[in-house]
Amino acid sequence: MAFLYALPGAAAEGLIWGLMAIGVYISFKILDIADLTVDGSICTGACVCAMLIAAGVPVWVSVIAAFIAGALAGVVTGLFHTALGIPSILAGILTQLILYSVNLSILGGKSLAAIDPRANKLIVHMSDNPRSIVAMVIVVAATIIALWLFFYTEVGLTIKSTGDNPHMSRAQGVNVSLNKVVGLAVANGIVALAGAMLAQYKGSANINDGRGAIVIALAAIFIGLSVSLKIKPNFVVSLIGVVGGGIVYYIVYNFVILLGLKTDYLKMLSAIIVAVFLAVPYLKAEYFTKHTSLHPNAGGDANA
Amino acid sequence: MLKIRDLQKTFNPGTINAKTALDGLYLELKDGDFVTVIGGNGAGKSTLLNAVAGVWKPDFGTIEIDGVDVTHMPEYKRAQFLGRVFQDPMMGTAPDMEIAENLSIAERRGTKRRFVRGVRRADRERYREILAELELGLEDRLSTKVGLLSGGQRQAVTLLMATLNRPKLLLLDEHTAALDPKTAAKVLELTDRIVRRDKLTTLMITHNMKDAIAHGNRLIMMHAGRVIVDVSGEEKKNLTVEQLLALFNQASGGGAVNDRMVLN
Repeated sequence: MAFLYALPGAAAEGLIWGLMAIGVYISFKILDIADLTVDGSICTGACVCAMLIAAGVPVWVSVIAAFIAGALAGVVTGLFHTALGIPSILAGILTQLILYSVNLSILGGKSLAAIDPRANKLIVHMSDNPRSIVAMVIVVAATIIALWLFFYTEVGLTIKSTGDNPHMSRAQGVNVSLNKVVGLAVANGIVALAGAMLAQYKGSANINDGRGAIVIALAAIFIGLSVSLKIKPNFVVSLIGVVGGGIVYYIVYNFVILLGLKTDYLKMLSAIIVAVFLAVPYLKAEYFTKHTSLHPNAGGDANA
Repeated sequence: MLKIRDLQKTFNPGTINAKTALDGLYLELKDGDFVTVIGGNGAGKSTLLNAVAGVWKPDFGTIEIDGVDVTHMPEYKRAQFLGRVFQDPMMGTAPDMEIAENLSIAERRGTKRRFVRGVRRADRERYREILAELELGLEDRLSTKVGLLSGGQRQAVTLLMATLNRPKLLLLDEHTAALDPKTAAKVLELTDRIVRRDKLTTLMITHNMKDAIAHGNRLIMMHAGRVIVDVSGEEKKNLTVEQLLALFNQASGGGAVNDRMVLN
């Protein structure tokens, strides 16, 4: 029974993390970059949104500002990588560390900023889960449609090809460096957008929000793609799958809490889920490929 | 069309691995020239093509394409003049994207890419027609991911991508070397057909001497980062592999012939 009561909350929060996972899908799957900026940029989105709302700025303006702040963080990582030649994974870590200081200063040196849900018309809040779910479905759908339109334009196709085959892209006149910066900006913008939603949902932004966010996003991506790729391997179905993965993750998360697992172990659990999903394809190929002792032609054609 | 003056490139300079790949190379191609390039391993053939394509900057010398000095132009900008096909069939296409998407990216090479749909209905019709000319049955697989095609099919698609918008210069870097003999012959025949039809200025590296003689209107041999033999017209047409080897021995002082070149 308690589990059923927890479901709407899990769905709402899962949708927020699913939105975040869409951002990570762009960097991880499309650009082929494991971008660790996101642990910082989700928090940046939360902090910017919370502080602006507290300062009396309209909610929707605060959300857009959060998106822009996240996109800027992506640009910084992109420039570290492309203009300064820093390996992408390290570029992300550097920006993440920079963002910790930036986020602290956004919060005015405190570790927490509260949003009053009664004084502001928030898009999502934990006190009204049905409404939050509807709002998040709209936000997620709008994001997926926008990305779908974008990635099938002439420009969007070259961003996909940049991650798929940079060599080919350059030979076809594609500015690979610029595309990586643009892609990381869009990815982190969406991540920060999710951060803004998270801050509203919880009614606060915390300097520790987003620690390990990349792992949750990857878990959502792997869970989602394991199903959606079997249905239809196209862009929109994949993105819907990723969001579904986020919801499944949060339902499992709540279920595990109800089973009595200490919350201290939840981050470890997330990491193990991701490790398993990453390991399975490798283990399958390495240890479970059938090896036949018969010659491929044996027993087939007697004249062979 | 292409003017290369005193081109020099040393890899790993100042180390014990220093290797002078281009050593004062001069080369001029006229409009419509189809030049085959042969030479032993390490002669600088691929280095020459990469220098023209702008994969890295040369240490010295200039490269001009159609009157434009491209020596310091980055690779992606230079691509507007060039069509390239590589030895590795995996290199020239985006495997996780559809055939039509690959062709669309290639067709808009050198133009300002816009925020409009990348593959339109009219594009599909056109792609279907040009793919049909390949006679590989790809015209009905426009939405197939390129990664699902065979090496030969991918190389044929790459060749289409390279020539779709008539490049000023076509660079072929042993583009049939990784294919089985039958497929290689087919891709080579296709190359000939497209180059002749569009009168493309072409540089084609090959390690097959017969192919080098049979294709194009001019043949150059490279050795130690320079052009050591340059034959064209009637003289090239009447060449035999034996004569070519003799010519090579003579010009290089005997050291340039290796097994790989004699093989064919």
